[in-house]
Amino acid sequence: MKGQKVENIAAIISERFGDAIISQAVDRGELTVVVRAKDVVAVGVRLRDDEQLLFSQLSDLSGIDYLSYGHADWQTHSATDSGFSRGVRRTEPTLSKDIPARFAVVYQLLSMRHNFRLRLKAFLDDDAPRIDSVVDVWPSADWYEREAFDLFGILFNSHPDLRRILTDYGFIGHPFRKDFPLEGHVEVRYDLDKNRVIYQPVSIEKRVLVPKVTREDVRVVKTVEGAEPDA
Amino acid sequence: MPEIRNMTMNFGPQHPAAHGVLRLVLEMDGEVIERADPHIGLLHRGTEKLAEAKPFNQSIGYMDRLDYVSMMCNEHAYVLAIEKLLGVAPPLRAQYVRVMFDEITRILNHLMWLGAHGLDIGAMTVFLYCFREREDLMDCYEAVSGTRMHATYYRPGGVYRDLPDQMPQYSSSKWHNDNEVGKLNSDRQGSLLDFIDAFVKRFPGCVDEYETLLTDNRIWKQRTVDIGIVEPDRAIALGFTGPMLRGSGVQWDLRKKQPYEVYSELDFDIPVGVNGDCYDRYLVRIEEMRQSARILQQCVDWLRDNPGPVMLDDHKLTPPKREEMKGDMESLIHHFKLFTEGYCVPAGEVYAAVEHPKGEFGIYLVSDGANKPYRLKARAAGFAHLAAMDEMVKGHMLADVVAMIGTMDVVFGEIDR
Repeated sequence: MKGQKVENIAAIISERFGDAIISQAVDRGELTVVVRAKDVVAVGVRLRDDEQLLFSQLSDLSGIDYLSYGHADWQTHSATDSGFSRGVRRTEPTLSKDIPARFAVVYQLLSMRHNFRLRLKAFLDDDAPRIDSVVDVWPSADWYEREAFDLFGILFNSHPDLRRILTDYGFIGHPFRKDFPLEGHVEVRYDLDKNRVIYQPVSIEKRVLVPKVTREDVRVVKTVEGAEPDA
Repeated sequence: MPEIRNMTMNFGPQHPAAHGVLRLVLEMDGEVIERADPHIGLLHRGTEKLAEAKPFNQSIGYMDRLDYVSMMCNEHAYVLAIEKLLGVAPPLRAQYVRVMFDEITRILNHLMWLGAHGLDIGAMTVFLYCFREREDLMDCYEAVSGTRMHATYYRPGGVYRDLPDQMPQYSSSKWHNDNEVGKLNSDRQGSLLDFIDAFVKRFPGCVDEYETLLTDNRIWKQRTVDIGIVEPDRAIALGFTGPMLRGSGVQWDLRKKQPYEVYSELDFDIPVGVNGDCYDRYLVRIEEMRQSARILQQCVDWLRDNPGPVMLDDHKLTPPKREEMKGDMESLIHHFKLFTEGYCVPAGEVYAAVEHPKGEFGIYLVSDGANKPYRLKARAAGFAHLAAMDEMVKGHMLADVVAMIGTMDVVFGEIDR
């Protein structure tokens, strides 16, 4: 029954928004719809107000940086002979050809009336990631968009108050971008001579304890008999 | 004519009623709030970014530290997301254990909330009452996982180990004599399930005690009735979930509407409020504690009758037994691979949500087929609630801000992440 519901909603959406949709897929029981960035507000309003959809709540909004998608640290098919870093690939990550653009904004929508979740996704231009704000459609987008701006540097047109939200006052950079190092650029400490808190270049060295690897051959196969994975 | 200017007041981040590290910039007209601007992020640790740099299992411990008063529920959403990506489901007994600990966590969270909320608006005693019961539930955490808070007990494929047959007991010391310790140990003679059973029998009486302190208390009502009213439609639009939404009269609970694990097998009710004010949200949470006790009783009964595995037997995902490892080469290899590299998760993206004590806690997980998450986004209930702070406090008095922070049940571990 659940599968049928997904198909129904998918059919309704492709019928209503045929021209605005780039792609639409059902994966693991979840419906993901990719729309053009410039249409996101128009689509949002209709998703919210259409009697058969009524996506009244925006559960979540997040940015994604696809820069290193599919990029593994370690080539596992070549044998090596010299220590831990032997097989580690030192190339800078480049955007995979399967990904249309580097940045995307993902909206998790919930229709309480029809008890259904939908994931809306919009890819943005690489140079100046920018998209219209959906605050007027779903008020809960306010802080989520501030967060995406803060962490990814995605700009939201006509957002009422686009300030940083999670990072420090005066922070420089967008920390969740894949080219922002995990250890950061600056650290904070109290300076006894100056009697105040100072910023200084970070002293932590970058280290990778477990390299990122992708293996196609090892897969979890068994599930418990009779138990169904949650849809 | 004298010039009248609004005053800007800074509330927190070191204020005891700010529940952690909330900084509120309040624009006041006399004692009335004109505008509230919450500054958050003082506890931002970049959990989501850290998770991108670690194998999947190593981030379970970080999930505990998001909402650090309802630890296992956070783990639950994360573990569910991984299981959804892998397409596996844990054994039935593990599902019951998870539900049981989710409900223990709910009571833990609501007790913490009730105590702190009471303390914030002047009810000193209830805090001590709540912490008395919290202690017992912490002992349950400790009995299964070895830690009282950050349990790391749920794992993809089940839970780390089965429930202990013997509940740990107190021993006497120079601060606690035999008589006292005997009282403490009276419920601890049997297994963990016996202890929880005894707790569930006694807990409704404890809730009655909290209610005698507060529900009809004149001061409590003056401080909470008609404070911070949110209309149902507005609550949905603002992204409210959990007791904040149900307090406004919207019947929405993921345990009923989108049941995960074995919630569809269990019998419990969802309380909803009528007026959408602080007092109704208080009543909703009180009733939720009673319902959680009901669920606990059903879980205890089921778990007593149905022994079985609590973890999948697939060693591509779950570590083999220590004993097997000593004699079997294959098990040793599995163990080595799991603890050095972890397991690879098929590419894809999922959103898994659970009914967390504070509302909907969701994990949006993107995998590119590697042994680490590509992107992890935690949807914290408190984040959406706090975003509505400005709207809720507008026109209220300064003292009501404290009541409002309390009613939202904000915890900065999950809001700042």
